[in-house]
Amino acid sequence: MLTACFLIIPLVTAFIIGISPARAARWIGLLGGLATMGWGVVFAVLYPYWTEIPVEGGELAQYWPTKDAWNIVPLFGIDLELGVNSVSLLLVLLTCLFAPLTVTASFTAITERVKEFYIWLMILTASVLGVFIARDVITFYTCFEVSLIPGFFLVAIYGGPDRREASFKFFLYTFVGSIVMLAGLVYVVMRFAAYEGGWLPETNGGVNVWDIDALVTFARNFLSPGEQAWILLALMIGFAVKVPLWPLHTWLPLAHNQAPTAGSVNFAAVILKLGAYGVYRFVIPMVPEAVVEWAPFIGILAVIGIIYTALVCWAQTDIKKLIAYSSISHMGFCMIGLFALNPIGAQGGILYMLTHGLSSGALFICIGLMYERHHVKDLDRIGGLARRMPVWSFFMVFFTFVAVGLPGLAGFVSEFLCLMGTFVAASPTNGGYPGVLGPWYGIIAGSGLILGAIYMLYMVGRLLFGPERIPDHADDHDSHALPTDLNFREIATLVPIALVCLFIGLYPTPVLKALEPASEHLLAGYPAAVEAITAEAPAADGTLEQDGRSLTLVTKD
Amino acid sequence: MEFSQKLILIAPEILLFCGAVVVAVLGLSTAKSVRKAVPLVTALFLAGAVVTTVFVYGNEEALASSGLLFPGIGLFVKCLAGVAGIGLVALGTGSIDRTFENAVSAGRTPFDPLRVVRGEYHAFLLLSIIGVMLICNATDLIWLFLALELSSLPTYVMVALSRTSRRASESAIKYFFLGAMSAGMFLYGFALLYGATGTLGFLEMREALTALQASEAGLPSIAIVGMVLALLGIGFKIAAVPMHFYAPDVYEGAANHMTGFLSIMPKIAGIIAIIVLCGTFGWAEHTTISPEGTAMTQEGLPTPVSAVLWMVAVLTMTLGNIGALLQTSIKRIAAYSGIAHSGYMLIGVIAGTENGIDAVLFYLVAYAIGTLALFGVLSGLSRAGHEVESLDDLAGLWRRRPRMAAALALAAGSFVGLPPLLGFWGKLFIFIAGVESGHIVLVVIAGVNSAISAWYYLHIAGVPIVKMTTPRSEALTPQPNGSPRVVACIAGLALVVVPLFSRNIYDLARTSMRFGELQVDGTPEQTAGNTEPEPLLGRRD
Repeated sequence: MLTACFLIIPLVTAFIIGISPARAARWIGLLGGLATMGWGVVFAVLYPYWTEIPVEGGELAQYWPTKDAWNIVPLFGIDLELGVNSVSLLLVLLTCLFAPLTVTASFTAITERVKEFYIWLMILTASVLGVFIARDVITFYTCFEVSLIPGFFLVAIYGGPDRREASFKFFLYTFVGSIVMLAGLVYVVMRFAAYEGGWLPETNGGVNVWDIDALVTFARNFLSPGEQAWILLALMIGFAVKVPLWPLHTWLPLAHNQAPTAGSVNFAAVILKLGAYGVYRFVIPMVPEAVVEWAPFIGILAVIGIIYTALVCWAQTDIKKLIAYSSISHMGFCMIGLFALNPIGAQGGILYMLTHGLSSGALFICIGLMYERHHVKDLDRIGGLARRMPVWSFFMVFFTFVAVGLPGLAGFVSEFLCLMGTFVAASPTNGGYPGVLGPWYGIIAGSGLILGAIYMLYMVGRLLFGPERIPDHADDHDSHALPTDLNFREIATLVPIALVCLFIGLYPTPVLKALEPASEHLLAGYPAAVEAITAEAPAADGTLEQDGRSLTLVTKD
Repeated sequence: MEFSQKLILIAPEILLFCGAVVVAVLGLSTAKSVRKAVPLVTALFLAGAVVTTVFVYGNEEALASSGLLFPGIGLFVKCLAGVAGIGLVALGTGSIDRTFENAVSAGRTPFDPLRVVRGEYHAFLLLSIIGVMLICNATDLIWLFLALELSSLPTYVMVALSRTSRRASESAIKYFFLGAMSAGMFLYGFALLYGATGTLGFLEMREALTALQASEAGLPSIAIVGMVLALLGIGFKIAAVPMHFYAPDVYEGAANHMTGFLSIMPKIAGIIAIIVLCGTFGWAEHTTISPEGTAMTQEGLPTPVSAVLWMVAVLTMTLGNIGALLQTSIKRIAAYSGIAHSGYMLIGVIAGTENGIDAVLFYLVAYAIGTLALFGVLSGLSRAGHEVESLDDLAGLWRRRPRMAAALALAAGSFVGLPPLLGFWGKLFIFIAGVESGHIVLVVIAGVNSAISAWYYLHIAGVPIVKMTTPRSEALTPQPNGSPRVVACIAGLALVVVPLFSRNIYDLARTSMRFGELQVDGTPEQTAGNTEPEPLLGRRD
C-alpha cells in the first residue's frame, strides 16, 4: 500500500481536477504534484535499504516493501506487484520532483483546455511512477504503455505547428518497439512457467512467474545463448526507441520540439529514463551472455549517437530542437556506462539518468519561460538576453554547465563515472567483469563531451550575450503581464532543481553509496557469463547444472 | 440419445423462436405504443434465453448424453450471443424513422408496414441469433449446415431492411450472393468429408479420421480437401481471407447498427463452427498438458489443415490491417479491423491447446464488447440526418460529447491491445497460447500486425479528442433515441472493468470446453496435470 500511493495520489488528483471548475485546475494540479513530491520524500526517508541489500533466506531481496501485491487479474498467475529498490527510488524521486514543477511551469503557458492538460499531466506522472515501482512484467508493461497516451495527447493537443506528425511518430515508434519487447518477455515467462511446472502459484510451488526478479534469475541461468540473443534483440528494440539509441531516435527531436513546455520537460526528464531503466531492469541482468557478445555493437551505436547528434546540435538554430538532440547525445553516455558492464560504469549510467533528467528538464523549463515571453525559439531571431533577463540568464547558464558536465555540478559526476567505466572496462584489474568496451569507446565518447561543450556554450553565447535581438511582435500576446524577467513562481520552479544539481555535484557520496550495492547486484551474473563464454565446453550446459535442478534445457533448434 | 434430452438443450432457442413470432406479430400493430415495445420485448426474450441457458446447462445428465463434441460450449456461446444480442437490439432502436412514426401516429400519413415496422427486423435478429446458438448443439454436419444457414439467411434480409437507401439493397445482394457461394463451398467440403468417412456425425467422423490418420496410407486427399473447403467456406462468416472481400462493401452499405450486428454475430457463429470442425478433425491432445507443464504437442490438427489455417490467419490479419490503413470511412476501417481480429483469433484455433481455445473464446468477448462500444457511438450520432461516415465527421467530438469520444477511444485502445483494457488481455492470452504451442513466427507476425493497426486505431481514438470541430463535423448531433449511446457508455466502461473479472470469463470458457472433452473422451481429470476438477459453473479460486 505504501508504494501504491505513488499511483493513487496523482490519479486521485486527476480525478479531482476532472470534477472541479477549470480555473481551479492548476492549483489542484499543484497541490497534487506537491503531495506526490511530499510522499516521495517521506518514502525515501522510510526506505531502509539505501546502503545495502538485505539477504532473505539465501536470496537477495533488494525490493522494498518485499511483498506488496494485489491479485487483480489472476489468470496465468498474473498479479500486480509493486516495490522499489534504491535505483528505482532515485528515479521515483526524480519524477516526484518534476511533478509539481511541470505544473508551475505551465501556469500561464496553458490557456486552452486547461483541465484536460493537468489531467494528462497527472496521468503521465502516475504511469511513469508505475513503471519505476513495478515488480512484475505486466504492471511494468501496462504502465510503460499507458505513459504513451498522456504523452500523445499532450503533444497532439497542446503542441506546436507540427504536433500531429510529432505525436503520431512518438506513439507509433514506442508502441511498435514495446510490442516486440512484450513478445520477448512473454517468451521468457513461458519458458519460466514451463520450467516451474505451471503458470499459477498454486501449481508451481508458489512462484510468481511474472515477477521480474525471479524471471531475471531464471533467464540468466537457464536460457541458451541463442535464445538470449533473440531476447536481447527483442528487449533492445523496445527500450532503444525510448532511450533513444541512434538510429531509432528520429521521433525524439520532433516530439520534444513540438510538445508544450511541460510535455518537453516530462519527455526529457522522465520518459527517456523509462528506456534506460528498462535496460537496467531487464536487459543487463537478464541476458548476460548475449550482452557480453553484443555490448560492443550497442556501444558503437551509442558512440555514433553521441558524436552524430552532437554534430547535429551544432548546426541547429532552433533552441528546443538543439536541446532535444543533445538529449540523444547525452543518453548515449548513459548507455555506454551501463554497457561497460562494470560497477563503476553501471553507477555512472544510473546516476546519468538522474542528472540528465535534472539538467535537460530544467533547460526545457528555461526555454519555455523565455518562449512564453518572446514566442520565438530561433537563435537567428533572438539573442543578447542577458541584460534584459539577468535572473533567467543565470539559470540558463547554470543548467547549461550542468549539462556539459562542469566539475562541481551533477552532470560531471555521472559523466566522469560513465567514461571511466568504459575506459577501464577492458583492463585486467576489472575484477572478473567482462571487458567488452574499452579505451577507444571512452576516447571517442569523450570527444563527444567536448563537442557538447562547444554547441551548448555556443548556443548560450548567442542567446544571452552579444547585441540584443528581440522580435518586434513580442509582448502583444502577453496580456497576462509576465514581467520582463522571471517572477517568483518561475524562480521557485527552477531553484529546487538547481539545488539538487548542486548537491549531487558537490557531495555525490550518499547517492553513489546507495547505487553501489545495486550496481553490484545488477552485474552479479557477469563473471559467470564471461567464464561460460570463454570456457571450451558448450556454455549452456555449464550454467545449467550449477543450480542443481534437473532440467534438460531446450536449445533453440 | 433421447429426443427429450436433446430438446432440453435447445430450450433457449425454442424460447427465442417463440420470441421471434411474438415480435413479428407485435410489429404489425397499428398502435405506436405496441410497436415501440418491440425492442424491449426482444431484449427480454434474449435475457430469458440467457437465464434459460444457465439453467439448462446445469443439467449435467442431459449434457453427458447429448452426443455433442463439446457439450458445454453452448453455455459460453449462448450467454455471449444473448448478452451481445441485447446490446445489438439497443443499437437498433435508434434506426426507426421518428418523423415518419410521429406522422403516422398523428394521422397525417397512412400506416405503411414496409416503412415503419421494425418488427420483422427484430424477428430476423432473433432468428439469426438462434442460428448462432444452434451451432453449439450440432451433432452432425447437416445440423451444422442448417444452423449456419439459419444464422446467415436473416442477416441478408436485415441488411436490406436496415436503411431505405439503395446502397443497403446493393450490399444485401452482394452479401447474399457471396454468402450463397460460401455456403456452397462448405457444403461441398461437407460432402467430401462424408465421402471420406462415411458418416455425418462429428463423433463418428472423428473416430474415422483418427483411424484413417493412423493407417498406412494416412488421410486420403478427399478428406483433406473436404476439411480445407469446409474451413475456407466458413471463413466467409468471420471474413477470413480469401472470403473477406465482401466485408468492407457490405459493412459500408448497411446501417450502422446492422454493421455492428454483422461484425459480431456471424463472427461468433464462424468461430464456433470452426472450433467444432477443428475438434472433429484433430486436437487429440486438447486437454492434456505435457509433463513439462505447458509445452503442447503440435499434433492438434492434420498438417495440411494446420498449414492452410496458418496461411489464412497470416493473410487475414495482414490484409485486414493494411486494408484498414488505406481507408478514411470509419465503417470500412471497422470492417477491415474486424477481418484482422479474425486473423488473431485463428491463432488460438491453430494452437489448439486448451489455453488456445479458451483464449479464442475470451477474445470473442473482448471483441464483441469493443465492437458494441464502437458501433454504439456510430449509431448514436448522426450528421444532419445522415450516418457518420468518415473519421473527420467525428472531429471535435470530445468537446461536445465527451462520453462518446471516451467510449470510442476506449474501444480503439482495446482493439489495439493497450493495457489494461480488455483487448490487451485477449491478445495476451492468444499470444501466450500461440507461443506455447510453438507457433512463434505466427505470434511475431501477429505482433507486427498489432503494431500496424496502432496507426488507424490511434486515429479513431485521437481525431475526436485532438482535432477541433470542423464545419462538417459541426453538423454532428445525437440521435433522438439515446439507447445506442447508453450501450456505448456501458461497453466502454466494461472494457475497463471486465479485466478485473477476466478470470471468471476465462473459467467459464474453460469449463465450457472442458466439460465436453471430459465426457467424450472419458478422460479423467487427472490427466490434466495441474488443474483440479471443478463444478461446471463454479469458479476456481
